[in-house]
Amino acid sequence: MSDGQDSASNPSPAPGAPAAPPATAAAAAQPAAAPPAGAAPSAAKSTEPSGLTRRLFLWSLPVGWVAFAGACVSSLIASGRSLFPNVLFEPPQSFKAGFPSEYNVGEVDVRWKDAFGVWIVREPDGFYALLAVCTHLGCSPNWLPTENKFKCPCHGSGFYRTGINFEGPAPRPLERARVVLADDGQLLVDKSVKFQQEKGEWENAEAFLKA
Amino acid sequence: MATKPPEPILTRTWDYITETQIWRSIFRHGMPSNSRNRALAVMTNVFLHLHPVKIRKSGIRLKFTWCMGGLTFFLFLVETFTGLLLMFYYRPTVAFAYMDIIDLAEQVPLGIMRELHRWGAHAMVISVWLHMFRVFMTGSYKPPREFNWNVGVILLVLTLLLSFTGYLLPWDQLAIWAITVGSNMARATPFLGYEGPGAQLLALGDVKMVHAGSDARFALLGGRFVGEGALLRFYVLHCVGIPLVAGILMAIHFWRVRKDGGISGPM
Repeated sequence: MSDGQDSASNPSPAPGAPAAPPATAAAAAQPAAAPPAGAAPSAAKSTEPSGLTRRLFLWSLPVGWVAFAGACVSSLIASGRSLFPNVLFEPPQSFKAGFPSEYNVGEVDVRWKDAFGVWIVREPDGFYALLAVCTHLGCSPNWLPTENKFKCPCHGSGFYRTGINFEGPAPRPLERARVVLADDGQLLVDKSVKFQQEKGEWENAEAFLKA
Repeated sequence: MATKPPEPILTRTWDYITETQIWRSIFRHGMPSNSRNRALAVMTNVFLHLHPVKIRKSGIRLKFTWCMGGLTFFLFLVETFTGLLLMFYYRPTVAFAYMDIIDLAEQVPLGIMRELHRWGAHAMVISVWLHMFRVFMTGSYKPPREFNWNVGVILLVLTLLLSFTGYLLPWDQLAIWAITVGSNMARATPFLGYEGPGAQLLALGDVKMVHAGSDARFALLGGRFVGEGALLRFYVLHCVGIPLVAGILMAIHFWRVRKDGGISGPM
Protein backbone atom coordinates (compact mmCIF):
# COMPACT_ATOMS: atom_id res chain seq x y z
CA MET A 1 0.00 0.00 0.00
CA SER A 2 2.93 2.34 0.53
CA ASP A 3 3.67 2.08 -3.17
CA GLY A 4 0.20 3.32 -3.96
CA GLN A 5 0.49 6.24 -1.58
CA ASP A 6 3.86 7.19 -3.02
CA SER A 7 2.60 7.15 -6.58
CA ALA A 8 -0.55 9.06 -5.64
CA SER A 9 1.34 11.81 -3.89
CA ASN A 10 3.79 12.06 -6.77
CA PRO A 11 1.83 12.80 -9.97
CA SER A 12 4.89 12.71 -12.25
CA PRO A 13 6.78 9.47 -11.61
CA ALA A 14 10.50 9.25 -12.18
CA PRO A 15 11.45 8.45 -15.76
CA GLY A 16 13.28 5.30 -14.68
CA ALA A 17 10.03 3.51 -13.64
CA PRO A 18 7.14 4.90 -15.60
CA ALA A 19 4.41 2.24 -15.54
CA ALA A 20 5.23 -0.07 -12.64
CA PRO A 21 3.90 1.96 -9.66
CA PRO A 22 0.33 2.34 -10.99
CA ALA A 23 0.18 -1.35 -11.88
CA THR A 24 1.20 -2.55 -8.41
CA ALA A 25 -1.11 -0.05 -6.79
CA ALA A 26 -4.02 -1.41 -8.77
CA ALA A 27 -3.15 -5.00 -7.91
CA ALA A 28 -2.83 -4.22 -4.22
CA ALA A 29 -6.08 -2.29 -4.12
CA GLN A 30 -8.05 -4.91 -6.03
CA PRO A 31 -8.76 -7.45 -3.24
CA ALA A 32 -9.70 -4.68 -0.84
CA ALA A 33 -12.11 -3.09 -3.26
CA ALA A 34 -13.73 -6.32 -4.46
CA PRO A 35 -16.22 -8.09 -2.19
CA PRO A 36 -14.68 -11.09 -0.36
CA ALA A 37 -17.00 -13.61 -2.02
CA GLY A 38 -16.74 -14.46 -5.71
CA ALA A 39 -13.87 -15.03 -8.08
CA ALA A 40 -11.14 -12.40 -8.35
CA PRO A 41 -10.79 -10.68 -11.72
CA SER A 42 -8.43 -12.38 -14.09
CA ALA A 43 -6.28 -9.26 -14.31
CA ALA A 44 -5.61 -9.29 -10.56
CA LYS A 45 -5.00 -13.04 -10.59
CA SER A 46 -2.29 -12.76 -13.16
CA THR A 47 -0.42 -10.04 -11.31
CA GLU A 48 -0.56 -11.66 -7.85
CA PRO A 49 2.85 -13.19 -7.18
CA SER A 50 2.01 -15.59 -4.31
CA GLY A 51 -1.58 -16.54 -4.99
CA LEU A 52 -2.45 -15.81 -1.33
CA THR A 53 -5.97 -14.50 -1.33
CA ARG A 54 -7.63 -13.03 1.72
CA ARG A 55 -9.88 -16.09 1.98
CA LEU A 56 -6.91 -18.44 1.91
CA PHE A 57 -5.05 -16.31 4.45
CA LEU A 58 -8.00 -16.26 6.87
CA TRP A 59 -8.49 -20.01 6.54
CA SER A 60 -4.81 -20.66 7.18
CA LEU A 61 -5.02 -19.02 10.63
CA PRO A 62 -7.13 -21.66 12.46
CA VAL A 63 -5.48 -24.45 10.49
CA GLY A 64 -2.08 -23.15 11.52
CA TRP A 65 -3.04 -22.79 15.17
CA VAL A 66 -4.57 -26.25 15.28
CA ALA A 67 -1.43 -27.69 13.70
CA PHE A 68 0.75 -25.80 16.18
CA ALA A 69 -1.33 -26.97 19.14
CA GLY A 70 -1.22 -30.52 17.81
CA ALA A 71 2.55 -30.37 17.51
CA CYS A 72 2.84 -29.06 21.09
CA VAL A 73 0.53 -31.71 22.55
CA SER A 74 2.12 -34.58 20.64
CA SER A 75 5.64 -33.55 21.67
CA LEU A 76 4.40 -33.35 25.26
CA ILE A 77 2.99 -36.87 25.00
CA ALA A 78 6.20 -38.09 23.38
CA SER A 79 8.24 -36.54 26.20
CA GLY A 80 6.08 -38.31 28.77
CA ARG A 81 6.30 -41.60 26.91
CA SER A 82 10.09 -41.39 26.89
CA LEU A 83 10.03 -41.78 30.67
CA PHE A 84 8.69 -45.34 30.31
CA PRO A 85 11.63 -47.47 29.14
CA ASN A 86 10.98 -50.26 26.64
CA VAL A 87 13.86 -52.43 27.84
CA LEU A 88 14.52 -53.03 31.53
CA PHE A 89 17.87 -54.21 32.81
CA GLU A 90 16.10 -56.16 35.53
CA PRO A 91 15.79 -59.90 36.12
CA PRO A 92 12.90 -61.31 34.07
CA GLN A 93 9.52 -61.86 35.68
CA SER A 94 9.58 -65.59 34.99
CA PHE A 95 12.48 -67.99 35.35
CA LYS A 96 13.31 -71.68 35.47
CA ALA A 97 14.18 -72.81 38.97
CA GLY A 98 15.86 -76.17 38.41
CA PHE A 99 14.48 -79.69 38.72
CA PRO A 100 12.13 -80.82 41.51
CA SER A 101 14.73 -83.33 42.68
CA GLU A 102 17.06 -80.48 43.64
CA TYR A 103 14.78 -79.47 46.51
CA ASN A 104 14.73 -81.03 49.98
CA VAL A 105 11.35 -81.84 51.44
CA GLY A 106 10.38 -79.52 54.28
CA GLU A 107 12.90 -76.82 53.42
CA VAL A 108 12.48 -73.17 52.47
CA ASP A 109 14.87 -72.68 49.56
CA VAL A 110 16.54 -69.25 49.47
CA ARG A 111 18.76 -69.71 46.39
CA TRP A 112 16.56 -67.55 44.12
CA LYS A 113 15.84 -64.83 46.63
CA ASP A 114 18.66 -62.41 45.78
CA ALA A 115 18.25 -62.65 42.01
CA PHE A 116 14.48 -62.96 41.65
CA GLY A 117 12.96 -62.23 45.07
CA VAL A 118 11.26 -65.62 45.38
CA TRP A 119 11.39 -68.40 47.98
CA ILE A 120 10.48 -71.88 46.86
CA VAL A 121 9.09 -74.08 49.61
CA ARG A 122 9.12 -77.85 49.21
CA GLU A 123 6.35 -79.54 51.14
CA PRO A 124 5.87 -83.33 51.24
CA ASP A 125 3.13 -83.11 48.60
CA GLY A 126 4.48 -80.31 46.38
CA PHE A 127 5.91 -76.83 45.84
CA TYR A 128 4.83 -73.26 46.26
CA ALA A 129 6.67 -70.01 45.43
CA LEU A 130 6.43 -67.10 47.89
CA LEU A 131 7.20 -63.55 46.79
CA ALA A 132 9.80 -61.92 49.05
CA VAL A 133 7.85 -58.67 49.28
CA CYS A 134 6.45 -57.71 52.67
CA THR A 135 2.73 -56.97 52.49
CA HIS A 136 3.18 -54.06 54.90
CA LEU A 137 5.26 -51.58 52.91
CA GLY A 138 7.20 -53.65 50.39
CA CYS A 139 10.53 -54.39 52.07
CA SER A 140 12.22 -57.73 51.61
CA PRO A 141 11.82 -60.12 54.59
CA ASN A 142 14.43 -62.73 55.55
CA TRP A 143 13.93 -66.45 56.16
CA LEU A 144 15.06 -67.33 59.68
CA PRO A 145 15.43 -71.14 59.70
CA THR A 146 16.10 -71.42 63.43
CA GLU A 147 12.89 -69.56 64.26
CA ASN A 148 11.01 -71.18 61.38
CA LYS A 149 9.57 -67.88 60.13
CA PHE A 150 9.98 -65.02 57.68
CA LYS A 151 10.92 -61.74 59.39
CA CYS A 152 10.90 -58.31 57.80
CA PRO A 153 13.77 -56.05 59.00
CA CYS A 154 11.94 -52.79 58.27
CA HIS A 155 9.04 -52.91 60.73
CA GLY A 156 9.16 -56.40 62.22
CA SER A 157 6.38 -58.20 60.38
CA GLY A 158 6.54 -61.98 60.79
CA PHE A 159 5.14 -64.74 58.55
CA TYR A 160 4.86 -68.51 58.98
CA ARG A 161 6.52 -70.71 56.39
CA THR A 162 3.17 -70.91 54.62
CA GLY A 163 3.28 -67.14 54.16
CA ILE A 164 0.52 -66.40 56.69
CA ASN A 165 1.22 -63.26 58.72
CA PHE A 166 1.19 -63.62 62.51
CA GLU A 167 3.10 -60.66 64.00
CA GLY A 168 3.95 -57.06 63.23
CA PRO A 169 2.08 -54.57 61.07
CA ALA A 170 1.67 -56.70 57.90
CA PRO A 171 -2.07 -56.71 57.13
CA ARG A 172 -2.20 -59.88 54.98
CA PRO A 173 -0.19 -62.97 54.03
CA LEU A 174 2.70 -62.99 51.58
CA GLU A 175 1.69 -63.47 47.98
CA ARG A 176 2.42 -66.65 46.05
CA ALA A 177 3.58 -66.78 42.43
CA ARG A 178 2.56 -69.14 39.65
CA VAL A 179 4.69 -72.29 39.71
CA VAL A 180 4.33 -75.03 37.08
CA LEU A 181 6.49 -77.64 35.40
CA ALA A 182 8.20 -76.53 32.18
CA ASP A 183 8.47 -78.80 29.13
CA ASP A 184 11.98 -79.86 30.11
CA GLY A 185 10.84 -80.92 33.58
CA GLN A 186 12.18 -77.89 35.46
CA LEU A 187 10.15 -75.71 37.77
CA LEU A 188 8.87 -72.57 36.05
CA VAL A 189 8.09 -69.59 38.30
CA ASP A 190 6.12 -66.66 36.90
CA LYS A 191 6.04 -63.63 39.22
CA SER A 192 3.61 -61.72 37.01
CA VAL A 193 0.82 -64.09 38.09
CA LYS A 194 0.16 -63.64 41.81
CA PHE A 195 -2.14 -65.52 44.18
CA GLN A 196 -3.46 -63.91 47.38
CA GLN A 197 -4.60 -66.06 50.28
CA GLU A 198 -7.25 -63.62 51.49
CA LYS A 199 -8.95 -63.85 48.09
CA GLY A 200 -8.92 -67.65 48.21
CA GLU A 201 -6.50 -67.79 45.30
CA TRP A 202 -4.10 -70.21 46.98
CA GLU A 203 -6.58 -72.93 46.03
CA ASN A 204 -5.73 -72.24 42.38
CA ALA A 205 -4.00 -75.15 40.63
CA GLU A 206 -1.03 -73.01 39.57
CA ALA A 207 -0.43 -71.67 43.08
CA PHE A 208 0.70 -75.08 44.29
CA LEU A 209 2.62 -77.58 42.16
CA LYS A 210 1.81 -81.12 43.22
CA ALA A 211 4.85 -83.37 43.25
CA MET B 1 50.44 30.09 45.56
CA ALA B 2 47.78 27.41 45.69
CA THR B 3 44.36 28.90 46.18
CA LYS B 4 43.00 25.75 47.81
CA PRO B 5 44.73 22.68 49.31
CA PRO B 6 44.85 19.56 47.06
CA GLU B 7 42.34 16.85 47.93
CA PRO B 8 43.62 13.70 49.64
CA ILE B 9 44.87 11.00 47.30
CA LEU B 10 42.10 8.57 48.36
CA THR B 11 39.37 11.04 47.55
CA ARG B 12 40.90 11.79 44.18
CA THR B 13 41.27 8.06 43.39
CA TRP B 14 37.66 7.42 44.42
CA ASP B 15 36.46 10.28 42.27
CA TYR B 16 38.50 9.00 39.35
CA ILE B 17 37.09 5.47 39.66
CA THR B 18 33.48 6.59 39.97
CA GLU B 19 33.88 8.83 36.93
CA THR B 20 35.05 6.03 34.63
CA GLN B 21 32.73 4.65 31.99
CA ILE B 22 32.99 1.15 33.45
CA TRP B 23 31.76 2.29 36.86
CA ARG B 24 29.02 4.46 35.44
CA SER B 25 27.83 1.68 33.14
CA ILE B 26 27.35 -0.64 36.13
CA PHE B 27 25.94 1.79 38.72
CA ARG B 28 23.38 4.13 37.21
CA HIS B 29 22.85 6.14 40.34
CA GLY B 30 24.87 8.13 42.83
CA MET B 31 25.87 7.14 46.33
CA PRO B 32 22.84 5.96 48.32
CA SER B 33 23.00 8.98 50.58
CA ASN B 34 19.48 10.22 49.85
CA SER B 35 16.17 8.39 49.61
CA ARG B 36 16.00 8.66 45.80
CA ASN B 37 19.36 6.99 45.30
CA ARG B 38 18.59 4.41 47.94
CA ALA B 39 15.43 3.49 46.07
CA LEU B 40 17.33 3.37 42.78
CA ALA B 41 19.98 1.12 44.32
CA VAL B 42 17.30 -1.47 45.02
CA MET B 43 15.28 -1.04 41.85
CA THR B 44 18.20 -1.12 39.41
CA ASN B 45 19.75 -4.25 40.91
CA VAL B 46 18.55 -7.53 39.46
CA PHE B 47 19.07 -9.37 42.76
CA LEU B 48 17.49 -6.72 44.96
CA HIS B 49 14.62 -5.62 42.76
CA LEU B 50 12.34 -8.37 44.05
CA HIS B 51 12.78 -6.88 47.48
CA PRO B 52 10.60 -3.96 48.52
CA VAL B 53 12.25 -0.57 48.23
CA LYS B 54 10.89 0.32 51.62
CA ILE B 55 9.47 -1.88 54.34
CA ARG B 56 7.67 -1.17 57.58
CA LYS B 57 9.69 -0.88 60.72
CA SER B 58 7.59 -3.72 62.14
CA GLY B 59 8.57 -5.87 59.17
CA ILE B 60 12.15 -6.23 60.38
CA ARG B 61 11.23 -6.94 63.97
CA LEU B 62 12.59 -10.40 64.66
CA LYS B 63 9.90 -10.95 67.27
CA PHE B 64 7.28 -10.65 64.56
CA THR B 65 8.72 -12.56 61.58
CA TRP B 66 11.27 -14.86 63.26
CA CYS B 67 13.13 -14.29 59.97
CA MET B 68 12.13 -17.84 59.10
CA GLY B 69 11.38 -17.12 55.44
CA GLY B 70 14.72 -15.42 54.95
CA LEU B 71 16.45 -18.20 56.85
CA THR B 72 14.80 -20.78 54.62
CA PHE B 73 16.05 -18.97 51.52
CA PHE B 74 19.52 -18.73 53.05
CA LEU B 75 19.48 -22.48 53.71
CA PHE B 76 18.36 -23.08 50.12
CA LEU B 77 21.42 -21.16 48.95
CA VAL B 78 23.61 -23.19 51.31
CA GLU B 79 22.14 -26.40 49.90
CA THR B 80 22.70 -25.20 46.35
CA PHE B 81 26.33 -24.32 47.00
CA THR B 82 27.29 -27.41 49.00
CA GLY B 83 25.29 -29.61 46.61
CA LEU B 84 27.18 -28.17 43.66
CA LEU B 85 30.49 -29.02 45.35
CA LEU B 86 29.26 -32.57 46.06
CA MET B 87 28.35 -33.01 42.39
CA PHE B 88 32.03 -32.77 41.47
CA TYR B 89 32.69 -36.04 43.29
CA TYR B 90 29.43 -38.00 43.41
CA ARG B 91 28.56 -40.44 40.60
CA PRO B 92 24.91 -41.60 40.60
CA THR B 93 25.49 -45.23 39.61
CA VAL B 94 25.04 -48.44 41.53
CA ALA B 95 28.76 -49.19 41.29
CA PHE B 96 30.03 -45.85 42.59
CA ALA B 97 27.33 -44.04 44.57
CA TYR B 98 27.97 -45.54 48.02
CA MET B 99 31.76 -45.49 47.65
CA ASP B 100 31.68 -41.85 46.57
CA ILE B 101 29.68 -40.95 49.67
CA ILE B 102 32.31 -42.69 51.83
CA ASP B 103 35.06 -40.92 49.89
CA LEU B 104 33.36 -37.58 50.40
CA ALA B 105 33.56 -38.11 54.13
CA GLU B 106 37.02 -39.64 54.37
CA GLN B 107 39.17 -38.64 51.38
CA VAL B 108 37.85 -35.43 49.85
CA PRO B 109 39.25 -32.21 51.37
CA LEU B 110 36.80 -30.58 53.77
CA GLY B 111 34.94 -33.82 54.34
CA ILE B 112 32.32 -31.94 56.32
CA MET B 113 30.74 -30.74 53.06
CA ARG B 114 28.32 -33.63 52.80
CA GLU B 115 27.35 -33.24 56.46
CA LEU B 116 26.71 -29.54 55.87
CA HIS B 117 24.42 -30.52 53.01
CA ARG B 118 22.58 -33.04 55.17
CA TRP B 119 22.19 -30.86 58.25
CA GLY B 120 21.26 -27.90 56.07
CA ALA B 121 18.49 -30.02 54.56
CA HIS B 122 17.16 -30.96 57.99
CA ALA B 123 17.32 -27.34 59.11
CA MET B 124 15.54 -26.19 55.96
CA VAL B 125 12.60 -28.52 56.55
CA ILE B 126 12.34 -27.23 60.13
CA SER B 127 12.59 -23.57 59.12
CA VAL B 128 9.98 -24.04 56.39
CA TRP B 129 7.55 -25.46 58.96
CA LEU B 130 8.28 -22.65 61.42
CA HIS B 131 7.82 -20.07 58.64
CA MET B 132 4.47 -21.61 57.80
CA PHE B 133 3.52 -21.69 61.48
CA ARG B 134 4.39 -18.00 61.90
CA VAL B 135 2.45 -17.03 58.76
CA PHE B 136 -0.53 -18.96 60.07
CA MET B 137 -0.37 -17.51 63.59
CA THR B 138 -0.11 -13.91 62.34
CA GLY B 139 -2.98 -14.48 59.91
CA SER B 140 -0.79 -13.53 57.00
CA TYR B 141 -2.46 -16.07 54.71
CA LYS B 142 -5.61 -13.93 54.53
CA PRO B 143 -6.61 -11.92 51.43
CA PRO B 144 -4.91 -10.47 49.51
CA ARG B 145 -2.15 -12.94 50.38
CA GLU B 146 -4.06 -16.19 49.74
CA PHE B 147 -2.35 -16.78 46.39
CA ASN B 148 1.07 -16.47 47.99
CA TRP B 149 0.01 -18.89 50.73
CA ASN B 150 -0.72 -21.47 48.03
CA VAL B 151 2.61 -20.85 46.34
CA GLY B 152 4.17 -21.42 49.76
CA VAL B 153 2.32 -24.71 50.20
CA ILE B 154 3.72 -25.92 46.86
CA LEU B 155 7.19 -24.80 47.96
CA LEU B 156 6.73 -26.81 51.17
CA VAL B 157 5.92 -29.91 49.12
CA LEU B 158 8.93 -29.29 46.87
CA THR B 159 11.15 -28.96 49.97
CA LEU B 160 9.93 -32.33 51.20
CA LEU B 161 10.42 -33.85 47.74
CA LEU B 162 13.98 -32.51 47.69
CA SER B 163 14.56 -34.28 51.00
CA PHE B 164 12.94 -37.45 49.69
CA THR B 165 14.97 -37.59 46.47
CA GLY B 166 18.19 -36.74 48.31
CA TYR B 167 17.48 -39.54 50.78
CA LEU B 168 18.18 -42.19 48.13
CA LEU B 169 21.51 -40.85 46.89
CA PRO B 170 23.81 -42.34 49.61
CA TRP B 171 22.62 -45.73 48.28
CA ASP B 172 22.92 -47.58 51.58
CA GLN B 173 20.38 -49.99 53.07
CA LEU B 174 18.51 -47.21 54.84
CA ALA B 175 18.22 -45.24 51.59
CA ILE B 176 17.10 -48.13 49.39
CA TRP B 177 14.43 -49.45 51.76
CA ALA B 178 13.21 -46.01 52.75
CA ILE B 179 12.61 -45.17 49.09
CA THR B 180 11.08 -48.62 48.52
CA VAL B 181 8.59 -47.93 51.29
CA GLY B 182 8.02 -44.31 50.27
CA SER B 183 7.56 -44.94 46.58
CA ASN B 184 5.09 -47.75 47.30
CA MET B 185 2.60 -45.00 48.08
CA ALA B 186 2.59 -44.21 44.36
CA ARG B 187 1.11 -47.67 43.73
CA ALA B 188 -2.12 -46.42 45.30
CA THR B 189 -2.42 -43.32 43.10
CA PRO B 190 -5.97 -43.10 41.74
CA PHE B 191 -6.03 -44.36 38.13
CA LEU B 192 -2.24 -43.96 37.74
CA GLY B 193 -1.10 -46.55 40.31
CA TYR B 194 -1.78 -50.22 39.63
CA GLU B 195 -3.21 -50.77 43.11
CA GLY B 196 -5.06 -47.48 43.20
CA PRO B 197 -8.81 -46.92 42.84
CA GLY B 198 -9.95 -46.82 39.25
CA ALA B 199 -6.88 -48.57 37.84
CA GLN B 200 -8.98 -51.68 37.16
CA LEU B 201 -11.26 -49.63 34.92
CA LEU B 202 -8.41 -48.77 32.56
CA ALA B 203 -8.25 -51.97 30.57
CA LEU B 204 -8.80 -53.07 26.99
CA GLY B 205 -10.61 -56.35 27.38
CA ASP B 206 -8.28 -58.52 29.46
CA VAL B 207 -5.24 -56.32 28.84
CA LYS B 208 -4.60 -53.97 31.74
CA MET B 209 -3.36 -50.51 30.79
CA VAL B 210 -2.09 -49.74 34.31
CA HIS B 211 0.08 -52.51 35.76
CA ALA B 212 3.33 -52.80 37.72
CA GLY B 213 5.27 -52.09 34.53
CA SER B 214 3.38 -49.00 33.42
CA ASP B 215 2.07 -47.09 36.44
CA ALA B 216 3.13 -43.93 38.28
CA ARG B 217 5.60 -45.75 40.50
CA PHE B 218 7.22 -47.32 37.46
CA ALA B 219 7.70 -43.89 35.88
CA LEU B 220 9.14 -42.56 39.13
CA LEU B 221 11.61 -45.41 39.60
CA GLY B 222 12.34 -46.25 35.97
CA GLY B 223 11.77 -49.91 36.88
CA ARG B 224 9.76 -52.31 39.01
CA PHE B 225 11.95 -51.84 42.09
CA VAL B 226 14.49 -49.38 43.46
CA GLY B 227 17.49 -50.00 41.19
CA GLU B 228 19.91 -48.08 39.00
CA GLY B 229 17.08 -46.43 37.09
CA ALA B 230 15.63 -45.04 40.31
CA LEU B 231 19.04 -43.78 41.47
CA LEU B 232 19.61 -41.83 38.25
CA ARG B 233 16.09 -40.43 38.13
CA PHE B 234 16.18 -39.29 41.73
CA TYR B 235 19.59 -37.71 41.14
CA VAL B 236 18.34 -35.70 38.17
CA LEU B 237 15.18 -34.67 40.01
CA HIS B 238 17.21 -33.75 43.10
CA CYS B 239 19.87 -31.69 41.32
CA VAL B 240 17.97 -30.14 38.41
CA GLY B 241 14.24 -30.72 38.19
CA ILE B 242 12.92 -29.80 41.62
CA PRO B 243 15.42 -26.95 42.33
CA LEU B 244 14.50 -25.38 39.00
CA VAL B 245 10.78 -25.40 39.74
CA ALA B 246 11.41 -24.30 43.34
CA GLY B 247 13.62 -21.43 42.14
CA ILE B 248 10.93 -20.11 39.80
CA LEU B 249 8.26 -20.40 42.51
CA MET B 250 10.54 -18.67 45.02
CA ALA B 251 10.92 -15.70 42.69
CA ILE B 252 7.12 -15.51 42.43
CA HIS B 253 6.79 -15.96 46.20
CA PHE B 254 9.17 -13.10 47.06
CA TRP B 255 7.71 -10.85 44.40
CA ARG B 256 4.18 -11.42 45.68
CA VAL B 257 5.28 -10.65 49.24
CA ARG B 258 6.10 -7.21 47.94
CA LYS B 259 3.03 -6.84 45.75
CA ASP B 260 0.60 -8.06 48.43
CA GLY B 261 1.46 -5.37 50.94
CA GLY B 262 4.94 -6.11 52.22
CA ILE B 263 6.15 -8.44 54.89
CA SER B 264 3.05 -9.42 56.82
CA GLY B 265 1.78 -6.77 59.21
CA PRO B 266 -1.70 -5.29 59.11
CA MET B 267 -3.02 -4.26 55.71
